[in-house]
This record gives sequence, C-alpha cells and structure tokens, in this order.
Amino acid sequence: MSEHIPAELHYTRSHEWVRDLQDGQVEVGITHHAQEALGDLVFVEVPPPDRRLNAGEACAVVESVKAASDVYSPVTGQVSASNPELAQKPELLNHDPYGAGWLMRVRLDAAAPNGAWLTAAEYAKFLETSAE
Amino acid sequence: MGLRTPLYDVLVSQGAKIIDFGGWDMPLAFGSQLEEHHAVRKNAGVFDVSHMGILDLSGPRTREFLRRLLANDVAKLTVPGRALYSCMLLPTGGVIDDLIVYFMADDWFRLVVNAGTRHKDLAWIGGQASAYGVAVRERPELAMLAVQGPNAVGQTLALLAPADRPGAARLARFSGVTLGSWFLARTGYTGEDGFEIMLPAGEAVDAWRALTAQGVAPCGLGARDTLRLEAGMNLYGNDMDEQHHPLESGLAWTVAFEPGRDFIGRDALERVRADGCRALVGLVLEERGVLRSHQEVSGPAPPDAVPGSRHPAPVIGQITSGSFSPTLNRAIALARVPQGTGPQVRIDIRGRLHAARVVKPPFVRDGKALIH
Repeated sequence: MSEHIPAELHYTRSHEWVRDLQDGQVEVGITHHAQEALGDLVFVEVPPPDRRLNAGEACAVVESVKAASDVYSPVTGQVSASNPELAQKPELLNHDPYGAGWLMRVRLDAAAPNGAWLTAAEYAKFLETSAE
Repeated sequence: MGLRTPLYDVLVSQGAKIIDFGGWDMPLAFGSQLEEHHAVRKNAGVFDVSHMGILDLSGPRTREFLRRLLANDVAKLTVPGRALYSCMLLPTGGVIDDLIVYFMADDWFRLVVNAGTRHKDLAWIGGQASAYGVAVRERPELAMLAVQGPNAVGQTLALLAPADRPGAARLARFSGVTLGSWFLARTGYTGEDGFEIMLPAGEAVDAWRALTAQGVAPCGLGARDTLRLEAGMNLYGNDMDEQHHPLESGLAWTVAFEPGRDFIGRDALERVRADGCRALVGLVLEERGVLRSHQEVSGPAPPDAVPGSRHPAPVIGQITSGSFSPTLNRAIALARVPQGTGPQVRIDIRGRLHAARVVKPPFVRDGKALIH
C-alpha cells in the first residue's frame, strides 16, 4: 500500500494529494487510490491560471469511461499553472498520478489556513478504515 | 454478497474488479477497460454473461404463443437454430424486456433475457403461457460466454471437436447450432463477429481458461457497455423501459406489424404510429468532454449566441446512454429527441452547453468507424 502513498506528500479525505514546492506554491493531483477507483481516465478539466480557489471548493473534473468526479482544492490560493498535457493525455493520471499526472499548481495565500491534510500514514489508515 | 456465476472464482483469480450488477457480482474490468475494448475491436475478447436468463419454452403451441407475446414475429424463424431479436411489450406498448429468441425445434424455443429483468419476465411469461399449454423452464445450470472480435470465430473453433468445426464456421449471423452439451450461436452485443455459447457450468470454466490461455482477452461489463454503445445497440433500462415503447427507442425495425398479427402492445403502438412520436438518435460531441445518460439536449445555438453561453435554451430531449467512445476517441450517445431534430444540438454538461451533432447509429461496426 505504502508504495502507492508517497511519504513526502500530504493528502485529503477526498483523495487529492499536495506537494509543497517550498516556494509558496503547492502542486495538486489525485491519488493512486482515486485513479484506480475511477478506472481509465478519458477527460480532465483543470482550472485556468489565475483562478482563485478556496480550500474545499470543487475546482477540477476528472472523468473516466464510467464516471465523472469532482476534484476539491486542498488549499486556498491562486492557480499558477495547470498541467497542459492532460487535455491530450488524460491517461497520465492513471499511469503516473504523483508525477506526470499532476493537475495544477497553486500559489498559497499567506494568511489562509490550509484544509485539513492527512499525512501519508494517516491517509493509508483512512483508506483501510473506509474500505471496511 | 450478490449472486455469482460459475465463472466467479476464475474471474477473480484473473484480476477481475467486481461490481454489483442487478444483484450479481460481475466483473467490471480485469485491468484497463479501454484495452479490453480495443482487444474486442482488433482481436478477440471473452465475456462472462452467465447472469443473463435462459428460458426454455416448450409445447406444441409455443410458436403460436410467442407470436402473441413478442413484438417481432417468430414466424420469421423457419430453420432450427435461427435467432430473432425482439421486445416483449406491455399492453401500453412499454417494453418489459428485450431478448433474443432461438428456434430450437418445432415445440421448443429458447429466450435469452436480461439479468435484471429475469424475475418479472418469468412472472409475465408464466402468466400468459398456461393458456397455451406452454411450459417455461429456467436453465440456471447453463453458463453463457460471449466470444467477440474479428478473431473470435477462429479462437472458438479451436475449442471444438474437429468434426464440429466446419459447421460452426459456416453459421450465418444470428444462427445457432447444438453441439453435444453446447449451444453455439453467431450472436453478440459488441458489433463484432463472434459467438455466444450456452454450456454446462463446469465446461464453461474450462472453456474460459482455454480461451484466455489462447490469448483471448478477458473482458468485463465496462468494455461491454462501450462496445454495445458504439454498435448502436440499446441497453434495457437506459434506452427503453416500461415507460418507453420501441418506436421512440430506435427499435421500430424489431416490431413486425405485418402480417396483421395480434401481439401484446400492438393497439398502443398503432396509435403511436398514427400520432407520431420522438426518436432515438445518435450524438457525437464536437467538443471535449464526456456524454452521460440523463444529460439534457437542447436545440442549436442562435447565430448571435455567445459561445458556451448558459441557459435559457429550450430543452428538447435527454441522453439515454452516453460514454466515451474508445474507437472514435470522442464522446458519443443515444438520445431521445423530437423527430427531425438536428443536425446540430447542444448538450448541458455541468451547466455549460456543448455542441453535438446528430448522427445515425451505429457508430462502429466490424472494427470500422462509421462516423467521422
């Protein structure tokens, strides 16, 4: 399980991950568990650069062959980049959810609190409990 | 735990991701459902469809009974083994189920019905059959495999005794033959060549193992749905149901009004025919996105409209089945709309209107894209 939950990332209960880029920005994506549950991704809609996001707000849509699913922003801030590859290659979310399949980068509001993040260990535990 | 087919354990051992489907624990996919889809279009795939109901109807008046029960006319079945697709209607014209009927012998016909409707089908058929002295028997001891794709016939023939192969290879589409304990029919739900095989449960496990060992891709219900949608084939419960009759469901071709036969639902359909009704059409999304059932269809944008503008736009219909088409690499759908709608319509996807084109299904047949 842990190989699919990198230790250095933060997680949400709605299955997003957050990578601290150490420059006031974070990178956001969906977890291995999320892409596996969705199945083959065929369409991704990411927010445009400069869009303001509030933590917990639905900000992106990922659609697999079988279902559409909202992605919720784990942070409050402003979108600084969205992954340009995903329009043509939504399957990157399946093949490399923590790397090439990143969704967006967000410049954090200094003042705003983050959403309630989980550590890798806490997210692993959360998956185990919710599977029961 | 749901109902399980005789293949359940072998499916799980091959990595099936199991979902509930009408009370059955069925495989959604074994890995990538897109790869399974492409395997069927380009090579061969095998589906466990043992959850479907197999009903044997017997008695001297079975043909007469089915000419009353079904909207298509089993009088078309003159050679044993021949199959016919039909709806079974309520007196209102609503569809109780769609099914395939096989002419097995003069006093024996076989119906293959949907899993989710099996109980109500049995109740309905049983209630009508006694007046004709027709016996209805479920065949739960039979499993059913669908082997589909351009190489499916060759792969299936390899399982047969050498003496049986030439006859099976010569089977016309929509024909079947009994070979020992197997009934082999050149039918399917994918728009590709292939066979559906009804066979004893234990033999089905061996056949599944042999086919997958030969390189036939194990496929789940996910790929089955995108394949049937590309093939322009209806799904019961989505594209027609007890509230929607065949004439507004793209199934007028399955209703045999001639000769003047008194089938159940005929009077209602005659009135619909006189008054006119909506149509089931194909849609191709001309923008990025995915079409889904229940999305609303509205008319084309006025010439001065702002692209992507919101409502108000008059809603004229609804998508009944929609998905991403792996073969066309874009979203496709079936939608119920007024007659004459098109060629341009707009689809409401999460509050934004997206341009789509009305087309005539099928979208894909025998591996070839028919819509561009």
